Amino acid sequence: MKKGHKNTTLKTAFLATIPVMTGYLVLGMGFGIILDSRGYGVLWSFLMSFLIYAGSMQYLAVDLLTAGASLITAAFTTLMVNARHLFYGISMTEKYKGLGAKKPYMIFALTDETYSLVVNDNIPEGVDKKKYWFLVSLLDQFYWVAGSVIGSLIGSLIKFDTTGLDFALTALFVTIFTDQWLSTKNHTSAITGLLATFVCLVIFGSGNFLIPSMILITVSLTLLKKTGRGGL
Amino acid sequence: MNNTYALMMILVIAGVTILLRFLPFMIFGEKRKTPDYVMWLGSVLPYAIMGMLVVYCLKGVSISSTPYGIPELISCILVIGLTVWKRNTLLSIGLGTICYMILVQFVF
Repeated sequence: MKKGHKNTTLKTAFLATIPVMTGYLVLGMGFGIILDSRGYGVLWSFLMSFLIYAGSMQYLAVDLLTAGASLITAAFTTLMVNARHLFYGISMTEKYKGLGAKKPYMIFALTDETYSLVVNDNIPEGVDKKKYWFLVSLLDQFYWVAGSVIGSLIGSLIKFDTTGLDFALTALFVTIFTDQWLSTKNHTSAITGLLATFVCLVIFGSGNFLIPSMILITVSLTLLKKTGRGGL
Repeated sequence: MNNTYALMMILVIAGVTILLRFLPFMIFGEKRKTPDYVMWLGSVLPYAIMGMLVVYCLKGVSISSTPYGIPELISCILVIGLTVWKRNTLLSIGLGTICYMILVQFVF
């Protein structure tokens, strides 16, 4: 009886994570291949996907690593790029109560995709919710690490001209940007992000404009709201 | 390539990410109210940050020398078009990247 129950939960979790599996395997592989092309092999991609486990930030990290960015720039960039996780966390504080020993891992593994699955309450009856959330978290990270490792191996075994492959990062952000643009009527924040960053790129140059951009974005948005402009 | 630097970089990025993921549970775990300004920032920042990252990715493009940013322009238009049309992340990234690789390797 108990075993059957466990299997149902695992099966439900697996079926729910299939869309994430395709995405994570492909994006993970892309990450592994790009990282390998910059001279960091399978151990590095495993380490990054295991410890950082944040997709777009890992793609950016390859860039920061190659550019020789300072650790402070890396910390601030992570802070801004991953700040959204604060808000996933805030909305899950109630739900994730009483999880016991599994809780720290589940908080660590709360990526965009995992969040989109655990926040959804559409779970069949007879499924242990807490176990289901845990298995979804675990499976998702497994896909991501597996994809990254496979990518690194492909990159090291099959030598092909990877020139232009790092456009995957640009494409990823352009896709998310477009998707966000389509999902909201108010584009003040999106436009502020583009303009403020462009201004900082011109003023500070391509080596050191991320931190000023983040400050300018936050200040501009706050001022726009305070003055009641841009519908913020 | 400096292994110590790379390892430090990974630990810093992992550390900040973990901190961001755990902070809400440490601060607001016991039903304490989240400040409105923080909630508001959280709702508007993601849009601006994506815009920032798009500019960041295109920072190295030169419109004053060959190929004048044309591969980037064509590929970005393709990615935007595909996203508007299909709303499929993998399709947009896959075709956009292949398009760009063909352009920079064989055309320009």
